Amino acid sequence: MSTILETRGLTHIYGAGTPFERKALDHVDLKIEKGEILGVIGHTGSGKSTLIQHFNGLLKPDEGEVLLDGQSIWNEKGKCARETRFRVGLVFQYPEYQLFEETIAKDIAFGPTNMGLPQDEINERVLESMRAVGLDENMANQSPFALSGGQKRRVAIAGILAMRPEVLVLDEPTAGLDPQGRDEILGLVRDYHKQSGATILIVSHSMEDIAGLADRLLVMDHTKVLFCDTPRAVFSHANEIIAAGLDIPMITKVMLELKKRGHDVDTSVYTVQQALDALRACKAKGGAR
Amino acid sequence: MLKDITIGQFFPGDSAVHRLDPRVKIVLTVAFIVLLFLAEGPISYALIVAFLAVIIGISRISPGLVVRGLKPILFIVVFTAVLNLFYTPGEYLWQWGFLHISREGIRLAIFMVIRLMLLIIATSMLTYTTSPIQLTDGLERLLSPLKKLHAPVHELSMMMSIALRFIPTLIEETEKIISAQKARGADFESGSLVQRARAMIPILVPLFISAFRRADELATAMECRLYRGDIGRTRMKQLKIARVDICAMVICAALFTAVLLLRRYGL
Repeated sequence: MSTILETRGLTHIYGAGTPFERKALDHVDLKIEKGEILGVIGHTGSGKSTLIQHFNGLLKPDEGEVLLDGQSIWNEKGKCARETRFRVGLVFQYPEYQLFEETIAKDIAFGPTNMGLPQDEINERVLESMRAVGLDENMANQSPFALSGGQKRRVAIAGILAMRPEVLVLDEPTAGLDPQGRDEILGLVRDYHKQSGATILIVSHSMEDIAGLADRLLVMDHTKVLFCDTPRAVFSHANEIIAAGLDIPMITKVMLELKKRGHDVDTSVYTVQQALDALRACKAKGGAR
Repeated sequence: MLKDITIGQFFPGDSAVHRLDPRVKIVLTVAFIVLLFLAEGPISYALIVAFLAVIIGISRISPGLVVRGLKPILFIVVFTAVLNLFYTPGEYLWQWGFLHISREGIRLAIFMVIRLMLLIIATSMLTYTTSPIQLTDGLERLLSPLKKLHAPVHELSMMMSIALRFIPTLIEETEKIISAQKARGADFESGSLVQRARAMIPILVPLFISAFRRADELATAMECRLYRGDIGRTRMKQLKIARVDICAMVICAALFTAVLLLRRYGL
């Protein structure tokens, strides 16, 4: 696999020079592989939202650099190519609040239109991304403001998908949704990944949400990277994760409790299936009763 | 960026200036503005500048911040200075077509620049050191005699505190929307004036929708807490004139007298 996004010594300070000065990122070094799903987890204020806004050049690093395909996204003149925004698609938190057009189709077409694509290609992309987020094609001419919250969010996500970004970054895509809506959105992300093979970054403060989805997890704590590894490796540091104010999946907690009670089980599991396998393995060894 | 706008912002602190009664602060600020336009000579202005400098020092607000707060009105200051410079009649020192510079013009331009800057600094100091709630509370109390004339003083001050309260929220919201639309390739920096105006639509529509939504939510929240307006409403924080307020009034009275005396001698 090759690296698509990389940060080197990335540092960001908000309100430099005012009484409200605050460091949001402190020398973050990171490599994101092409085609992977990376889960970004961190407590409120850990710097995760600041981090992802550096990936498409919305924020400028105060120190360090961001490389897309090996090239810095900021040129010598201190400018960021607009193309970066199309290559790294960023879906903000509560994206439904950015809808503004009269029809769903027009709103989704905003990104592709800004890319300067021909009209028939725009239309094709609008329909394609509506399908990708599970919206019916004959809704294209409805007003987005008449939709439910969950559907509005799908329209907003489709607006980014229509730019066909190489890297898709989603900031808390499940925030404020009911459990069913949450599962649907996460399912969409999984399907989209399977279909397009795009690199996906998904930010959340819920371990449960993304542990089963991500290939690797990036755990942020107080402006720094705490861990960046496979979920299994990350959850083997359960105590440090809890110390960072984050929760671990329920099933991992169960296994930790079993271990505490003297059963020799693997505590790095994070799905029910893995737990089952671990328990079987334990039984085969003759440990569990 | 929008966040750099410091006019009207409040910087919490615990200095003597912060602790002054908001009524006293408002009245003294108004008096100070009057004083600015009464002052005529360089000595008076030196006195006023020294006075402001001491206040900034006591309040522990960084002077750099105060100066930066002047940036947004720089255009108005320059514009006023130019107008005064070229259009004041008097003894002409230089003339070209309809443009002329007179001795009085130069004098007036310099004084206008100083006055405007001091005016902004003084009023900024009021908002820098007074929380919006205190500010509107003070205003409501100051204007309360008008209630006898059935002026909706309480309602107006409530509207003002709500408006002040929502300025930072809406600025934050605007920045978020700008970022989100930029992420979709929106371009606000290039193109003709018409194109730039059109580029504002993706910001303004979501902003208005969210402002209405917030207003609606706030109204519900206020109603849930049985807000019924002014009648029978009591206050948690009673405004009281303390020793520090009397000190401030005495100092300002002294400054006022000094400037008026200097004015008699044209200094």
